[in-house]
This record gives sequence, structure tokens and C-alpha cells, in this order.
Amino acid sequence: MHMADALLSPAVGGTMWVATAGTIFYCSKKVKQDLDDRKIPLMGVLGAFIFAAQMINFTIPATGSSGHLGGGLLLAILLGPYAAFLTIASVLVVQALFFADGGLLALGCNIFNLGVFPCFIAYPFIYKPIAGTNPTPLRIGIGATLGAIIGLQLGAAGVVLQTVASGISELPLSAFISVMLPIHLAIGLVEGLVTAAVVSFVWKSRPELLELTAAARPLGDISLTKVIAALGAVTVITGGALSWFASSSPDGLEWSMFKVSGHEELEAPEKGIHHTLAVLQEKTSFLPDYSFKAGEPEAEGLAETASWPAVDSGTTTSGLVGGLMTLALALSIGLLFRKRSKTA
Amino acid sequence: MRLKQKKTGMAKIDTAFFDLSKLEEMANNDTIIHRIDPRIKVLVASIFVLCVVSFHKYTISAILPFCLFLIIVMGLAEIPAFFLLKKIVLVSPFAVMVGIFNPLFDQQPIMVLGAITITGGCVSFVSILLRFGLCVGAVFVLIASTGFNTICLAMVKLGMPKIFAVQLLMLYRYIFVLIEEGLRMYQAMTLRTFHGRAIAMKTYMHLAGQLLLRTLDRAQRIHLAMLCRGFDGNIRIRQSLRMARLDLFFLAVSFAILLLMRCYNIPAMFGRLITGIT
Repeated sequence: MHMADALLSPAVGGTMWVATAGTIFYCSKKVKQDLDDRKIPLMGVLGAFIFAAQMINFTIPATGSSGHLGGGLLLAILLGPYAAFLTIASVLVVQALFFADGGLLALGCNIFNLGVFPCFIAYPFIYKPIAGTNPTPLRIGIGATLGAIIGLQLGAAGVVLQTVASGISELPLSAFISVMLPIHLAIGLVEGLVTAAVVSFVWKSRPELLELTAAARPLGDISLTKVIAALGAVTVITGGALSWFASSSPDGLEWSMFKVSGHEELEAPEKGIHHTLAVLQEKTSFLPDYSFKAGEPEAEGLAETASWPAVDSGTTTSGLVGGLMTLALALSIGLLFRKRSKTA
Repeated sequence: MRLKQKKTGMAKIDTAFFDLSKLEEMANNDTIIHRIDPRIKVLVASIFVLCVVSFHKYTISAILPFCLFLIIVMGLAEIPAFFLLKKIVLVSPFAVMVGIFNPLFDQQPIMVLGAITITGGCVSFVSILLRFGLCVGAVFVLIASTGFNTICLAMVKLGMPKIFAVQLLMLYRYIFVLIEEGLRMYQAMTLRTFHGRAIAMKTYMHLAGQLLLRTLDRAQRIHLAMLCRGFDGNIRIRQSLRMARLDLFFLAVSFAILLLMRCYNIPAMFGRLITGIT
């Protein structure tokens, strides 16, 4: 469920980066205030554990598909939310750098979706109240399963919203969300069961470990109002950034408006697409066999241009030719390097 | 001694180990790109990604020069192209799955080439694939020419909290250890099960629990070892980054080139020159 750079717009990616960086700073401060210096090696090694455990796939009963452990909630249970957030963020950074899960810009989204929701929503408001201070295997089981499901649902919803807000993908919100949420409900259930089993396993064999984190007050308390305020701030910033972006670049929203109505271009026929087309028809000697939709006879052309998107056909041809040449150049340079490295 | 197994379940943890080592090995190379200050490389990679993703969704031709840029840097850094291509294909499913709907939802014809009508959806799908390849490629070139520890150091210099850097360094150090530990347990399990059967969820729970206990014990041992060496809760990172004139030159040149490629559709200008269309 990693978000990818290719589906993100800079406004959305940048906002999520700011939100994530802010959370990392805040958590770093919190962890530093915590005097328990055992946490430093513990965080590092547990991150590596999540990493290794995710690499081993298992089969999900009755489906034949495979799943893996999702780490956010498990880390929150073992480390408390702040340290867990830093740990899961570090795991995602390594995954982004070495395995290209996501990308540099999408890193903000990914850390937010997979870190903030399990650590600051699922853990304090779902797992903790259910498991309580005196956990039993049943309470741990229910709390971890529910927490993992809800955390993952929120994360999946985050992916959908970020994708749709970016507008690179054409998937409509409703269709995308109706695919993503059920899939992640199933994944969340499996993740929850595994998390529950692992936590109970630890609780049975080494109960003192869980009591340690449950008792670590400085890292345990989160107030609901603070979380809501922070999420509200993120929403406002995202909205603001998006609207600013939309208004400053006309080829975003207006573009799709234009696709529907077909105005604007017809207002200035002397300068707009008609002029270009006239020049195009005069000068098209290259690629004579290819007809461009807007380059067809005038009577039809008017209707055609109205529904035709604002792509300048001159730009398109030259873009095509130039693009192919750039590609050829890129490939030949690549081959040249390869040849050189072989001979060297 | 590692068993050679062709089973699929095995592959993931094994390839992860292999990839990490391979990238680390590449980062130890010594080329002109490797010698550039890591801060500069992080900055240039970020600008590169930002430029690529900020194009309009129907853009293809204007993005192509970025391939050229990436290939040149890759060539200078002596990173094998095949390795990179394989990695890009391996991680592509999500972007492809989401992008593949574009041709279905966006049927607006953009241009006609002979008998073939090309719709906006197809164009934006190709654009997504192109962006994807470039962004993933940029990250790989960054890591393969810099190395993880150096990137962390650069990030601290660029303002990342130190405790997060320590976390990253610790994590990276123990990933190798724990992947090997996990691999060992996994092998022990596969040797005791019938050949070719994938790992069951119930077994996995015990395996992960066991691995977690070992991890926790290890954390305790590491903490004791750190205390023995005078750990007082503060981690000191040895800092030895120096910005040379060549680094600044590289930054200026790349920045100028990237900006130029972002602002002007160079292939289109080039094509216009050749086809004679104004």
C-alpha cells in the first residue's frame, strides 16, 4: 500500500512532507525527554525486526494469497506511540531508499499513512482502552485486531485521498475507495490477528516487557484534543495548498472544466488554435500521411476543436519527433557508457 | 552456509539481503559522482523528483530529457543499467495498477496517428509510467552512489533531528543481523516441513514471536554493551563533510539544467526545428 511518486502532485506531496517532518520533530523531542536510554537500541533493533519479519511471507488460510506483518501497531504496543512513530518512519525511509517502495516525495505520505494512524489513533484510542492496564490474552487479541483494522483502513483512505487530490490518476474517488477499503479490511484483519498473536506470545513468555511499556508514562499519554487539532491543521494546510495550487496553475482544474464546456479557446480564433492550425496546414510537409483531428476540413473542424482538449497540435507533433530523438539520444548515451565500462 | 532453494517464499528475504549488500557495494565505488558531497546529491535528487512530478499529467515529451540526465549521471557513477531496470520493474505494481485505469476513464482523443486514435488516458498512463521510472531511478542512483550512512549524515546536516538519524543508523546496522537471523529460522523451518509448502499463518505467528523475543534480548545485550563503552544517552556522530568548489559547481550546473528542462519543452523545440512547424 505504498504511495508512489508518479501518482502525486507536488502540492499534495509537499504538504504531507511538511506534516510528517513536523511529527518527526515533535516525536524526536518527546523521545529525547524520555530518560529511558534503553529505548535507543531497542528502537533500532525492533525496526530491523519489523523489516525482517515483513520479508517472510505466509499464506492466509482459505485464500491462498500471502500476507505479511504490518508493523505500526505492534511497535506502538511495544515502544509507546512516539518512539514507535520514529521507528516505523525509519523503516519506511530505508524501504524507500533501498527497495524503492514509494519514492522521495511520497515518503511523506507513506510515513503519514502507515505511521500516524496506527501510532496516534489506533494505539491510544482503540488498543489501549480495550487492553487496559491489566491485559489478558483475549483483550490483547481484540484490541490488536481492531486497532490494526482501523489503522489500516485510515491508511488506505489516506492513500485514496492523496491520489485523488493529486489528480494524476483518473480514478474517481468513489470507485477507488470502494476497491481499496474492502481489500484493506481483509489485509487489516490478517495483520491484526498476527499482531495479536505476536503480542500475546510475548505477553505469555515475557510479560514484564509489556508492563514496561504500559507503565512508561512519559511516552504513553496522548490527548484526543491534541490529535484532533493536529489532524485539523493538516487538513487546513492541505486544503489551502491545494486551492492555491489550483488557482495558480490554470492547466489543473480549468483544464478539466475546459474539457467539459469547450469555451475559452473559441474566444480568440485569430490567435488561438485556429491560427496555429492554419500555420500547421501550410507548413506540414513533414509526416504528410498523418492527419490530426483538428486539422480536418474547416466546417467539421469548428465542432471538432470545441470538444478537443487544449493541446496545441503543433506542440504535439514536434513533441513527438523531438521526444523520440531525445529518447534515442538517451539510449545511445547509455549504450556508450556501457561499452566504455566494458572495455575499461 | 546458505541453502540454494528455488521456492518463492524463500526468495523475498534472500533477495532483500542480496540487494542491500549489492547497493552497499556499489556505494563503495569511487567515481566522480560518488565523490560529490552527499548534501548536494540529496538536494539534486529532490529537485529532480520535484521537477518530474510537477509536470502536467498529459506531458510526455518534456519529461524525456530527464531520462537523459539520469542516464548520464548513472553512467558517470558506473551503476549497471540492467540492475536498475530490474528493480524498477519489480516495484512497479502499485503505480501500474492505479495508472492502468486512466485509459478506461479518460477516453478523450488527443491525437490521431493514421488509423490509431490516441486517448488522453493512454497518454497520461504513459506519463505515469515515465514518472515512476524516473523517480525510482533517481532514488536508486542516489543510494547507489552515496551509501546509507553518508545520506544520514547529510540529512543531519540538512536539519534532520539527531535522534532520528541515530535511529536510522541503528536500524540499518541491525537489518543485516536480523535478516540473517530470520533467514536462519526460516531455513530451520523449511528443512522440517514438506518441500515446497508455503509457510502457514499459525507457524508464522510463532516464528515472528520467537524472532521478536530474540530481538528484545539482543536489544538488551546491545544496551549493556553500549553502557560498557560509556553511553550516556547522547550519541555523537562523527562529522566530516566538506563542501568543495567542485560540489558547488555540480549543484549549480544540475540546478540550471533541471530548471531549464522543467521550464522549456526541449524535445518539442528540437522537433519544431526539424519539422519546421512554428
